[in-house]
Amino acid sequence: MQPFLFDRADSVTEALRAAPDATVVAGGTNLVDYMRLGVVSPKHLVDINGLSQETAALGRITLDHQGLRLGALVRMAEAEDHPGIRARYPVLADSLALAASRQIRTMASLGGNLLQRTRCEYFREASWPCNKRRPGSGCAALDGLNRQHAVLGTSDACIATYPGDMAQALLVLDAQVELTGPRGVRLVPVAKVHRQPGTTPYLETTLAPDELITALVVPASPWSWRSRYVKVRDRRSYAFALASAAVALDLESGRVKQARIALGGVATVPWRAEAAEAALVGKPLDEGAARVAADAAFAGARTRAHNAFKVPLGQEVLVQALLQAGALQPPPPTSRNGVTHA
Amino acid sequence: MPDRSQSGTVNRRHFLAAVGGAAAGGAATLPSPGDAATALAAEAAEARDPRALHTVTLTVNGQDHRLSLDARASLLDTLRDRLGLTGTKKGCDHGQCGACTVLVDGRRELSCLRLAVMAQGHQVTTIEGLAPAPDTLHPMQQAFIDQDAFQCGYCTPGQILSAVACVKEGHAGDDDQIREYMSGNVCRCAAYPNIIAAIRQAKTEMEA
Ligand SMILES: Cc1cc2nc3c(=O)[nH]c(=O)nc-3n(C[C@H](O)[C@H](O)[C@H](O)COP(=O)(O)OP(=O)(O)OC[C@H]3O[C@@H](n4cnc5c(N)ncnc54)[C@H](O)[C@@H]3O)c2cc1C
Ligand code: SF4
Ligand code: FES
Ligand code: FES
Repeated sequence: MQPFLFDRADSVTEALRAAPDATVVAGGTNLVDYMRLGVVSPKHLVDINGLSQETAALGRITLDHQGLRLGALVRMAEAEDHPGIRARYPVLADSLALAASRQIRTMASLGGNLLQRTRCEYFREASWPCNKRRPGSGCAALDGLNRQHAVLGTSDACIATYPGDMAQALLVLDAQVELTGPRGVRLVPVAKVHRQPGTTPYLETTLAPDELITALVVPASPWSWRSRYVKVRDRRSYAFALASAAVALDLESGRVKQARIALGGVATVPWRAEAAEAALVGKPLDEGAARVAADAAFAGARTRAHNAFKVPLGQEVLVQALLQAGALQPPPPTSRNGVTHA
Repeated sequence: MPDRSQSGTVNRRHFLAAVGGAAAGGAATLPSPGDAATALAAEAAEARDPRALHTVTLTVNGQDHRLSLDARASLLDTLRDRLGLTGTKKGCDHGQCGACTVLVDGRRELSCLRLAVMAQGHQVTTIEGLAPAPDTLHPMQQAFIDQDAFQCGYCTPGQILSAVACVKEGHAGDDDQIREYMSGNVCRCAAYPNIIAAIRQAKTEMEA
């Protein structure tokens, strides 16, 4: 690990002043790992955990009739354990509970989770050519061991998978990210945060270098309780997704009025499957309709030598997620109305 | 709004240094000139020595330790090499095995992924400080002995601290839940069935 300057920011203003030239650290579970591997070598690290003291909003979960606001420094484990989130947004609670290990979830912040970087083995080991880590050096994964790699949203420059789980849940809940910078606060749909690799895989997000994530904002919705996250891994627990699906469904007498579908483990970014959503609208939610939607979701897939299995696997995961969401029962009305938790 | 093409995880200066002019293609835009305060802050940072040590007070097992630390030092290495608390083990150093689990303010964390400079102001508990008094054992330690819940013992301190937190969180309801919430602690000797039995035993005592 290269030496770096270390500071603690006690206010958002202080953090923003350092931000354009410094790297912020929250839980450190992604960043410290990549610093130790020599994948990144920030010159200046700013610890933002003190911000939850200055403005409690960064460390607080608020759930009311307008929806859910998660401060960027809320820990994964806190959101996972929150009874109101479990009742009103089960897809979100499950996406957190099925991620990493409880130790990591205790440390990891939601802001850091959204921005976690790929686990591509060639990205992680600094001696390989990698267009994301060293622009222009090539991509060792294209003809390498690419079993973990993406089949959707890839390019000739990079096929790295977006590894996180929570982002897919946020996509199907129509969530927004609150960004705070020197020019003020703006809300950006989660779908607009990550960039597909194209010819510039080293450009991963649309955040400006001097912007902080301050919160995740999830609107209230009468059907967000009918939502589900299904994740398949190489082992039952403590592993990244080979394929996952987040779904939220608005059903009326068994027919789909609206659907939201997002795929994980198979794409370069948190992947909204709009064609699959459209294929479901107006149909009764049965296995036949779910399979048609799953075909549509992967119509544009491009596979490599070792990852073609992700297409049928991803389709099956999506079918299961849709059928499981269809079978959910609404929570009792008290928890649906929601309460504010400090 | 200036320069939004940039990754939030790679700062502007490193980005420009890494990509140079040509390789960036069309997508990169030039950085906007920062305001005066930013420039001053950057200059001030430039003048500092990244190797300078940080004076940090760590509270470990109820005792304060004032240390001069390299910012790169993990809590794990600091516990072992500076405080001589070698009960906390290093398995992978990358968050993948759980051997380094300690309690921070009563919650389980991986000490390999926490920088020691970021542990100031928190209460750290290691396996050495778990028992209520000298020459006694915590019920979880006793249960691991009673149930023969280890072979080589390397993962055991991490298993025990993780298990204590698992019970306190209310995640030791049944065997399946214990398995799921203990999955962050890998045991190469595969003592898993006995570890589960130990957690069941200690849970009864801890909740009595
Ligand atoms: C062994 C292992 C297994 C894992 N398994 C899973 C899994 O199955 N599913 C899953 O989803 N995740 C998994 N993870 C990843 C884990 O969830 C992330 O590392 C974690 O969520 C990152 O959060 P953090 O607060 O620690 O981020 P940090 O490491 O502190 O930061 C990550 C990045 O985000 C930036 N950042 C942090 N906060 C902000 C902010 N507020 N504003 C702007 N930028 C910010 C940092 O500069 C850094 O670039 C795993 C990790 C490990 C080590
Ligand atoms: S897939 Fe992307 S991250 Fe992996 S080696 Fe290729 S360019 Fe790098
Ligand atoms: S040493 Fe920390 S998780 Fe392996
Ligand atoms: S007892 Fe040997 S690794 Fe667990």
